[in-house]
Amino acid sequence: MTTLVSPSASTVIEPAGHRADGIPLHRITSTELRKMFDTRSGFWLMASIAITALLATAAVVLFGSDKDLTYNSFAAAIGFPMTVVLPIVAILSVTGEWSQRSGLTTFTLVPHRGRVILAKAIVCVGVAVVSIPVAFAVGALGNVVGTAIAGVDPVWNLTVADFGNIVLANVLGLMVGFMLGVLIRSSAGAIVAYFVYSFLLPTLAMLLASSQAWFKDLQPWVDFNFAQSALYNGSLTAQQWAHLGVTSVIWLVVPTVVGVAMVLRSELT
Amino acid sequence: MITVETLTKSYGGFVAVDDITFTARPGRVTGFLGPNGAGKSTTLRILVGLTPATSGSATISGRDFVTIPNPGRQVGVLLDASAQHAGRTGREILTIAQRFMGLPKGRVEEMLDLVSLTPEEAGRRVRNYSLGMRQRLGIATALIGEPEVLVLDEPANGLDPAGIRWMRGLLRDYADQGGTVLLSSHLLHEIEVIADDLVVIGNGRIVAQGSKRELLQTAGSLVRTGDQATLTRALTESGVTSAPAGTGALLAQAEAEHVGKIAFAAGVPVIELRPADGAGLEEIFLHLTSDTQRDSSTTPEGAAA
Repeated sequence: MTTLVSPSASTVIEPAGHRADGIPLHRITSTELRKMFDTRSGFWLMASIAITALLATAAVVLFGSDKDLTYNSFAAAIGFPMTVVLPIVAILSVTGEWSQRSGLTTFTLVPHRGRVILAKAIVCVGVAVVSIPVAFAVGALGNVVGTAIAGVDPVWNLTVADFGNIVLANVLGLMVGFMLGVLIRSSAGAIVAYFVYSFLLPTLAMLLASSQAWFKDLQPWVDFNFAQSALYNGSLTAQQWAHLGVTSVIWLVVPTVVGVAMVLRSELT
Repeated sequence: MITVETLTKSYGGFVAVDDITFTARPGRVTGFLGPNGAGKSTTLRILVGLTPATSGSATISGRDFVTIPNPGRQVGVLLDASAQHAGRTGREILTIAQRFMGLPKGRVEEMLDLVSLTPEEAGRRVRNYSLGMRQRLGIATALIGEPEVLVLDEPANGLDPAGIRWMRGLLRDYADQGGTVLLSSHLLHEIEVIADDLVVIGNGRIVAQGSKRELLQTAGSLVRTGDQATLTRALTESGVTSAPAGTGALLAQAEAEHVGKIAFAAGVPVIELRPADGAGLEEIFLHLTSDTQRDSSTTPEGAAA
């Protein structure tokens, strides 16, 4: 068995000079993209983006009344599962390195953790930007087929600007997931935190706003969910953009910076 | 070439690695031996940039690991064979390493061949791998970039005797080509079989180091007695240096005959007296492990097996 080493024996030891090229970011990014698909759970998670879009479209066709058969209805139905799936994609891409401990290899092959995190962020945003149009294409197909079955004219009541806003809202939601992944570095913990953030917090904020006048005025400036919801309701005023900017600094930029600083220092076990 | 110089790592008040200095040279397999919790893994983690040192340095060919541009091509690392995404196949894990390092695709199959993982096994998910298979996959990942230096933490864990012999051959050939190998183990027998040089660590400190031949041919004699204090005094008075080596035993720097005469003159009953012959290393190691071993009722010999 000792002879097994021979296939590489002639090349085992050679001068290090010509192989000293660094690892370009695109290579880290493409490898990280591969890692999102190469497990069964990862593959089905990505597939679920298309699958949930199909199911949501079918539901609108089957259960919607004729007047609901507008592209906006399809977009809304498809959008909801996306707001859950995309952040989970982002969370798992980060936390897997800790929860599955594969970071021990990743951060040894690429000892600059910041570059790995950056590559993961690029891949996650890329996945969102590619998958949302795919999902909306499914919705468009549903709109054509659904209205044909119902015998009404298709209504295309979604402007390009609306579409852009929805993409932005989804990317922001995904980045919140990414931030929680970086900050918490545990799959279960980060997913729970995401659900608390996106489902429990809005309800609490709504209750608080309805009972406390001071919070009602403050809410647009501190509630990221609230500020984002404007993106689903047509075009934004300058002030609404300001709300979005301020809340994203509070909820996204600051915690991400803190999380990345922790990742750079944390010990892998 | 691996150079560790006055390396210290402390966590709060606990000193995990205490001012250690050693080198692992090209063409040699260096065994890093110590009981569990002695600081081996911490040292190796610092060496590959996963953990920052408190003070001192650990370099590979004179460079900090994190400054090596594509470290997988210079240093093959296996720290924990089980630290892999359980849902990936063995082949996929090698492919990821191949892509990070920018190697030709064919290297993946070459490596699977090298560590004797069959195509069917390579297509299985790692959660279904035995520890031995994970070790083989880990060694393949370490070797895929054709590095000059190998850093392996407990690579023989989970390998059967045939697997250990296979790994010995692999590392022997690798070192004979001029490669540097640093591997850790908590088992003296395991490392005796594979290593050329030994660095023995206990409680964060280096307690012995040198070539295996030197360490195994420790001069002097081992003497066991019920009255260690009196014998130590008698030896010192006769100008013979001695050091405690395990329960009731002393390692005396003199011929067994001379030690026997001193003991007789001092009237100390001797239970055992023999030339050390590597017993020194074994005693040092057992002494180290006895502090951390839970089943203190077993004899040192039992603990060694």
